[in-house]
Amino acid sequence: MTSAFAIEQPTTTSHGPWREFWGYFSANHGAVAGLVFIVIVLLVAAFAPLLAPYPPDLTNSAVFLKPPAWQSGGSWAYPLGTDAIGRDMLSRLIFGARLSLLIGIAVVAVAIVVGTMLGLVAGHFRGVIEIAIMRLMDVIMTLPSLLLAIVIVAILGPGLMNAMLAVAVVVLPHYVRITRAAVITEMSKDYVTAARASGAGRLRLMLSEVLPNCAAPLIVQASLGVSTAILDAAALGFLGLGAQPPASEWGTMLADAREFVLRAWWVVTFPGIMILVTVLAFNLLGDGLRDALDPKLKR
Amino acid sequence: MLRFALTRLSLVVPTFIGMTLLAFFLIRLVPGDPIETMAGERGIDPERHAALLKEYGLDRPVLVQYGIYIGRLLHGDLGKSMITQAPVLSEFAALFPATMELALCAIIFALVLGVPAGILAAVRRNSPFDHGVMSVSLTGYSMPIFWWGLLLILLFSVQLGWTPVSGRIDVRYYIEPVTGFLTIDALLSGEKGAFRSAVSHLILPTIVLGTQPLAIIARMTRSAMLEVLGEDYIRTARAKGLSALRVVALHALRNALIPVITVIGLQVGVLFTGAILTETIFSWPGVGKWLIEAINRRDYPVLQGGVLLLGVIVMSVNLLVDVTYGIINPRIRRS
Repeated sequence: MTSAFAIEQPTTTSHGPWREFWGYFSANHGAVAGLVFIVIVLLVAAFAPLLAPYPPDLTNSAVFLKPPAWQSGGSWAYPLGTDAIGRDMLSRLIFGARLSLLIGIAVVAVAIVVGTMLGLVAGHFRGVIEIAIMRLMDVIMTLPSLLLAIVIVAILGPGLMNAMLAVAVVVLPHYVRITRAAVITEMSKDYVTAARASGAGRLRLMLSEVLPNCAAPLIVQASLGVSTAILDAAALGFLGLGAQPPASEWGTMLADAREFVLRAWWVVTFPGIMILVTVLAFNLLGDGLRDALDPKLKR
Repeated sequence: MLRFALTRLSLVVPTFIGMTLLAFFLIRLVPGDPIETMAGERGIDPERHAALLKEYGLDRPVLVQYGIYIGRLLHGDLGKSMITQAPVLSEFAALFPATMELALCAIIFALVLGVPAGILAAVRRNSPFDHGVMSVSLTGYSMPIFWWGLLLILLFSVQLGWTPVSGRIDVRYYIEPVTGFLTIDALLSGEKGAFRSAVSHLILPTIVLGTQPLAIIARMTRSAMLEVLGEDYIRTARAKGLSALRVVALHALRNALIPVITVIGLQVGVLFTGAILTETIFSWPGVGKWLIEAINRRDYPVLQGGVLLLGVIVMSVNLLVDVTYGIINPRIRRS
């Protein structure tokens, strides 16, 4: 993160915003590593059926809890071993990437769309509407995040869709607050006054003048938000409230594996590593984006 | 100061009302009739159904129901558990000390390691130690703690046999609750080995629950310290010839700790979220495990009361931190 300070200022020739952004971003090795890992996981998720040696829920009664290949008793037919009902761990992890990324991206997409709308509305129409929206966000923020998500799932019933919805509600306030704060600062600027003077309507003002200028903090929050979403959804899965078995979601896999913790370390270890590394990658990416996009750091 | 405290207090009122609304509508949002939901798959005969509707006041208009609910709340009546028939408040009160003990240990663990690590990282900026602290804390921040708990059990309880797998104390001991903090109660009871057993049960859950706060506190201390170390008065102190230790420990730390204190206050929510998972993994008999069990048994009054109580606790701690912050830092009061 700190290495962003060390890079040299761009020379006087204009590189365009993308080149400049990339210059700042690529100086942060952690962020680049995060990006590379995310791209790999995206590719793995996209080509899961080609990469996975077996279908994710194919059971084989001959190989219950087979250890990974390098351990005695393991075989290269199942490189990372099998779970309690003889499913290939590697294949399940590969297909799990699909679910976890889907969760992360879908949750953030919903939260951004709804959150920006609410934030724009709250920032534009001050007064009662603003108070109502912001107080509601306060309530959501006050309750411990997982607790609220659990309550929502308890009402709607366990399942992947409801878990995603619950996590989206929980992360919503961040986007509303960021957008509202940005709108309020932007609204007082000259270009907005100019647009208004030239006859731009409210909707045009909001969507094509103000919104693009609030984009930077939203992009940063989105990247960090994907990691929160993956983590929370996995926690719900672990508690039996998220994706339901036999889905190969990483958190749900851990829930299934809990009772075998004493006998089979691999069924517990690998899904957790995948969650950790993926979440870490998105956090690194988010930190890098923040450093590259935050004008305050660009001395 | 009083004015500041009252303003902050008044800001909390809408949040509180919002939380009661959430808790109130919680049961009503469950698809289907709440009585039928409570009865479950066994079903219920129409007569009993009507009687129960009346008993819970569900036959009245929603606004009246909400009024009754608020009235009961203000008298400390949060309803009864559908499974045990015990008042929700007394169940909560009995279990909360266990969660509190765990949470306190976790935050102490996080502070004792996090603050010095953050200070050292800031003082030795860009050193291998700094990079190490930042990497470890980012990893801790990204950690799925339910998995972290399982890993620690795998290593310390299964492989090495150093710590117990679950519970608060060995089943051999029965400790009469006095303070509710089992470590203290075990000491008070004077029973041989009880304290040792209680502490050994506490170690792994403390580490698991303390990991995320530790990561956040270390990062926060580092960045607050870096900011303060760049200030003019620090340069002055150095120019006067004060020792590096004195500059850091006396001059810089005091101001750097202000944002850290705020962050500690904000960890209450993180701790409760973590407690739900940690207690589930370690079968720790606290409110987190209680709430998860309530969900599995569809015990809605417990869920409703528990959420409200935890929400109120988080809100109160945040308020307390806000006001304390105002006391420490007069600039906040005026803005």
